[in-house]
Amino acid sequence: MSRIGVFICHCGENIGGTVDCAKVAEATRAVPGVVHSVDYKYMCSDPGQSMIKEAIREHQLTGVVVAACSPRMHEPTFRSAVAEAGLNPYLCEMANLREHCSWVHEKGEVTTAKAIDLVRVMVEKVKRNHPLQPIQVPVTKRALVLGGGIAGIQAALDIANSGHQVVLVEKSPSIGGHMSQLSETFPTLDCSQCILTPRMVEAARHPNITLMTYSELEKLEGFIGNFKATIRKKARQVDEKLCTGCGLCTTKCPNKKIPDAFNEGLSTRGAIYVPFPQAVPNKPVIDKLNCTFYKTGKCKVCEKMCPTKAIRFDQEDELVTLDVGAIVLATGFKLMGTDKFPEYGYGKYKDVIDGMQFERLASASGPTAGAMKRPSDGKEPETVVFVACSGSRDRSKGVPYCSKVCCMYTAKHAMLYKHKMHHGKAHVFYMDIRSSGKDYDEFVRRAIEEDDVSYIRGRVSRIYEEDGQLVVMGADTLQNGRPVEIRADMVVLATAVQAQDGSEQLAQKLHVSYDPYHFFAEAHPKLKPVETNTAGIFLAGACQAPRDIPETVAQASGAAAKVAALFSRDQLTREPQIAVVNRMPPPVFSYCVGCFLCQSACPYQAIEQEEIKGRDGSVLKTVAKVNPGLCQGCGTCVATCRTKAIDIQGFSNEQIFAEIMTL
Amino acid sequence: MRIGYYPGCSLLGSSREFDESVRALAGAIGLELVAVPDWNCCGASSAHVLDHKLSLALPARILAQAEAAGLTEVLAPCAACYNRLTSARAELAADPAASAEITSIIEMPVTGRVKVVNVLEVLDRFQDVIKDRTVAPLGRKLACYYGCLLVRPPRVVSFDRAEDPQSMDRLLKLSGAEPIDWNFKTECCGAAFSVTRTDLVARMSGKIVADAVKHGAEAIVVACPMCHSNLDMRRPEINAALGADHQLPVLFITQALGLALGLAPEALGLQRHMVPALLQPASTPV
Repeated sequence: MSRIGVFICHCGENIGGTVDCAKVAEATRAVPGVVHSVDYKYMCSDPGQSMIKEAIREHQLTGVVVAACSPRMHEPTFRSAVAEAGLNPYLCEMANLREHCSWVHEKGEVTTAKAIDLVRVMVEKVKRNHPLQPIQVPVTKRALVLGGGIAGIQAALDIANSGHQVVLVEKSPSIGGHMSQLSETFPTLDCSQCILTPRMVEAARHPNITLMTYSELEKLEGFIGNFKATIRKKARQVDEKLCTGCGLCTTKCPNKKIPDAFNEGLSTRGAIYVPFPQAVPNKPVIDKLNCTFYKTGKCKVCEKMCPTKAIRFDQEDELVTLDVGAIVLATGFKLMGTDKFPEYGYGKYKDVIDGMQFERLASASGPTAGAMKRPSDGKEPETVVFVACSGSRDRSKGVPYCSKVCCMYTAKHAMLYKHKMHHGKAHVFYMDIRSSGKDYDEFVRRAIEEDDVSYIRGRVSRIYEEDGQLVVMGADTLQNGRPVEIRADMVVLATAVQAQDGSEQLAQKLHVSYDPYHFFAEAHPKLKPVETNTAGIFLAGACQAPRDIPETVAQASGAAAKVAALFSRDQLTREPQIAVVNRMPPPVFSYCVGCFLCQSACPYQAIEQEEIKGRDGSVLKTVAKVNPGLCQGCGTCVATCRTKAIDIQGFSNEQIFAEIMTL
Repeated sequence: MRIGYYPGCSLLGSSREFDESVRALAGAIGLELVAVPDWNCCGASSAHVLDHKLSLALPARILAQAEAAGLTEVLAPCAACYNRLTSARAELAADPAASAEITSIIEMPVTGRVKVVNVLEVLDRFQDVIKDRTVAPLGRKLACYYGCLLVRPPRVVSFDRAEDPQSMDRLLKLSGAEPIDWNFKTECCGAAFSVTRTDLVARMSGKIVADAVKHGAEAIVVACPMCHSNLDMRRPEINAALGADHQLPVLFITQALGLALGLAPEALGLQRHMVPALLQPASTPV
């Protein structure tokens, strides 16, 4: 026989001002099974909690209903109070009289009647509660970081410095990411590579970090604390152990006309190459698609050049399987190409470039060694037009979101140009200047006021080539939409930041959600910005949304802190409200008929198949089994099950029907 | 193939040669034109800036008339008519309340069943016919000028790329011409300002003519009566504004294709142009 105690909270005026709490307590006393029912001003206060504890002892309660605020607010408080009094905490439930009643209704009898109903319903549920134990899951204390840009490097370093093992996986031959391509950084104009390369070297030399460059995630299985990742280590065709990084092999490659991705196609490289001088690791790779040997079966000039005999034409991709406990996704972004803008010449004009190409032109390590020379003919551009919001905030043809970094880097570009070409003219077409950030607006003002960059508020409608120049047609909306026509030598489009290619497939491999633009989705936009909806997988940097460097680094450290917190325990404790498949003894009598509809319905891949074997070892039946580490307790499988063989512990069908029948 | 035909007012007035050439070409490629009975003005450049309801009611009635006549598709050669008809149709389809109101105003049902197409869209279906029946390949460098209305707004009109359309280029290539790559395919010619601000039109159309000439065009090909009259009729003003004497003719797409298919220049109304259309089939293709 149940002995339920009910505790009605006034929550000051929050509930008490609308609901007649004394009447609720009185009415509840009459419910069969309720042996104790009281109301009190603040149940969550120390005296309130003491009341509950004393009542449990005094009345030998078998269940507790606290009728107060949302369980999201105080369920842990009351459950631990109940546990202190020696009752299983999962025998305590909350009836939400605040958000579900007093806050949303007028004061009156009907409201009080609803409050009574809410309490009665919960009493019926608690009568059917069973004691539950939190689930313990072991943790593999090794993290996998996907993406070796500044986000991945920072996350890896922070996790490694907290004493845990990290595997840093980068798909290109070197870590460094987009930041290694930048010339200077806003708002301080310090050289990007100068601040990045020490971090790259630190990551490579850290005893806790294993670097896997030229590698990609192939497959992921498992769950928080217990992932199994398969990494494809692409063949470099170079033995990394023998290679000394001397670079001799790259000097005689007969194929010299391959567009250099690091320089955004503004220069060329050979088929065997090191992406950039500060590459980490500083070991070359062979671009098999463009290598003469792989195309014709002859050449091997690089092999002859190599003093340590490190070239391996027969090297093949290698699959490495790793056990990891947490994953940080830091796969970054890509820029929309200039070919997406037919009105700006859809990429056919060589001197209409994107922001990253300008970074390479301005960089000391770039194709022009930092000299301002336009791509078409190497002429110094006397007039440069910068077009902000190219594709961003453009619902009709581009993406609706703001790419966030362009206002700042456009100001930086105009400034760098003016610093290199004092007599040159820089114009910026913009919609709004979005420069919120420490020292950001001051930086833009500096470009306008000190470096004489002319800012024109308006859009560019067309760019066309005429007599070796680019005619930029736009409007000045601060002068009544006056048409503006500028003859420029070079145009820089601040094209939209987009999700990295393959983000969708990667998200599907990892079972994390993504937004309509394929950026990975955080678990909560405000309170869980670095978590994904899959436990144990975290986000850092521009793979989640456009971000600048300081934000990326901060978020990466945030993700690393989450990983470190996860790794601080040997066992993982999880709430036990998960699905269980009915297993009445003897096992063969499980209701489960093995249709496995639940398996396809489960969004978390938490349902496995289990064979029930007879004494002779023969398989009697195959039934569903819920992996307690993966199950999130969503209940989709329960709704799918044809034989009602699955239930959620603490939210069983029986309990929910009892609640409904009470009303 | 049978299709509804909505000539609109321009094709009965200033651009009779567009009407003549559409009919002549339709005959040559086996397209039967069925005029929408008792059609009215589409509202064109004035209705939509003066009275929103009127700008919906006028096209709605035209489409209702076409539907009553058993037509499923209406060809509107004039770019302004095409634009008004498609825009109104899209707006009424998306707004049931407006659709009901317009139904009561025009006292005819607004169903959205009749589709509106322009000349390029229709001719695109006859690519093989045009290619096969070309007897006098044009062999000239032509500037395809789509104008501002034909391919915009892209969310309503989606038969071609809004900024760099290709359908006219494709058709003319089939008829042996050499469409040029130039800058002002969709730039504004000045449109209805032709009357009130001729100076503006001279400047805007001047840029178009000058760029076409610069890129080696021997003629400009259009699919809009307004574009045609600005580039053709306003040529003296254009030349005065440019300080030049450009005599390259302006042809409707239907005239150009008609010539390629061997139709008589008179049947295509070529004699009606202000700038003489001396574009005879080249003796040797360029």
